[in-house]
Amino acid sequence: MTDRSISAASRPVIERRFRLQWEAAQNAHVLLYPEGMIKLNGSAGEIMKRCDGKATIAEITADLEQAFSTTGLSKEVMAFVVLAVEKQWLAVLP
Amino acid sequence: MAGGVAVNTAADAAPTPGPPLWLLLELTYRCPLHCAFCYNPTDFARSGPELATDDWLRVLREARALGSVQLGLSGGEPLARDDLEVIVAEAHRLGFYINLITSGVGLNETRIRALKAAGLDHIQLSFQDSSRQMNDFLSSTRTFDLKSKVAALIKQYDFPMVLNVVLHRLNIDHVEEILEMADRMGAEYVELANTQFYGWAWHNREQLMPSRSQVERAEETTRRFRERAGRPMRIFFVVPDYFERRPKACMNGLGSIFLTVTPDGTALPCHAARMLPGLEFPNVRSVSMREVWFESSGFNHFRGDRWMKEPCRSCPEKTRDFGGCRCQAYLLTGDAANADPVCDLSPHHGLVTAVVNRAERADHAERPRAEEKPLVFRSPANSSTLFP
Repeated sequence: MTDRSISAASRPVIERRFRLQWEAAQNAHVLLYPEGMIKLNGSAGEIMKRCDGKATIAEITADLEQAFSTTGLSKEVMAFVVLAVEKQWLAVLP
Repeated sequence: MAGGVAVNTAADAAPTPGPPLWLLLELTYRCPLHCAFCYNPTDFARSGPELATDDWLRVLREARALGSVQLGLSGGEPLARDDLEVIVAEAHRLGFYINLITSGVGLNETRIRALKAAGLDHIQLSFQDSSRQMNDFLSSTRTFDLKSKVAALIKQYDFPMVLNVVLHRLNIDHVEEILEMADRMGAEYVELANTQFYGWAWHNREQLMPSRSQVERAEETTRRFRERAGRPMRIFFVVPDYFERRPKACMNGLGSIFLTVTPDGTALPCHAARMLPGLEFPNVRSVSMREVWFESSGFNHFRGDRWMKEPCRSCPEKTRDFGGCRCQAYLLTGDAANADPVCDLSPHHGLVTAVVNRAERADHAERPRAEEKPLVFRSPANSSTLFP
């Protein structure tokens, strides 16, 4: 999948082979997979926990901007989703 | 730190570690296979009784509270425990990501369905080779056909599958066939794990050590296979460290992220650490996991770098490889605080190259086959013979 197939209307979802989980001991969201774990930084965790396969990237961005009382996050969110799809942490539904 | 955690005040004390992210439970030493490269201790027949179900459940709860999150259930053959489903269910309730590390023997449809329902996340299935003949020889069993059926069951029940093959002199030339087999079986991951020489593998080291050209061919085959793989199958090639010039960052440093509990309840900072002399390792029957991880001398001893000798102590790479493997340093040099002799900065590096050179000569048939000892297979009987 290339980034061309991802738009603000795409609905990202955690790849089925990964599990996203909040780990209090690490104070971070982690992605769990067979015999491995990726510790996400704060913004990656905040984006990924909103990737439920229902919300569009535009809606996720709006929700984040509201939650953190800020604006102009769309570039950052899109860049992360593209990266996460590349790494197969996320899949996108049209 | 609060809550009974030891606070280090001395300047050279070990640093306070983070959580034991990786918890490996070796539920039993019972195993239907008899692999000659098994890392289990050769004296396992002397091991005390296995922990009861309730002990394992308590270990899970205490470890999870410390921040353990990746759980390996291994052995021996973990399916030899008839409470495996109970252990998985509790681990799932606690939020572990649960990996079952198995030979496949004992995994019928009833059990795999129950394990799925209990919340098992992933299955790592071992093969000893791509051919029935060599698989069955190396495990000293007739299990190849059964394992093939288990691989199909794993896919049928939609588990991600890691196919693990331990590589050594007798099967490393079959890497291409092994990868093709894994591809046919639909494995998501393949682990080509060159033998690490501990336990039974240490005992059989001369017979299992590949030659350098074998290793190079296997790496090249793996590289080519990766390039032409038609679907996403990730291949991990675990390098045989005897052929390296720098040691592996074993366990990311002892006592840093990894905690294992052996069948009798002994807690260790690595699979093989019980061999290390002069260290006392706590037993979870009488010691809480918090005390095990933060307070026991067995876990604290090799934390940080205060234990290091030269050339490690002043080496800029010590933060990267932590001086390598303590068990390997002990096995090869007799002192667990020495640099892992895999490192070519170690004054003992010649011990490693001597073994590699012997394997090379054997490859060129300069050593008569008759000189070779027979492989000693892992079994309770052989364990009792070695340690009467």
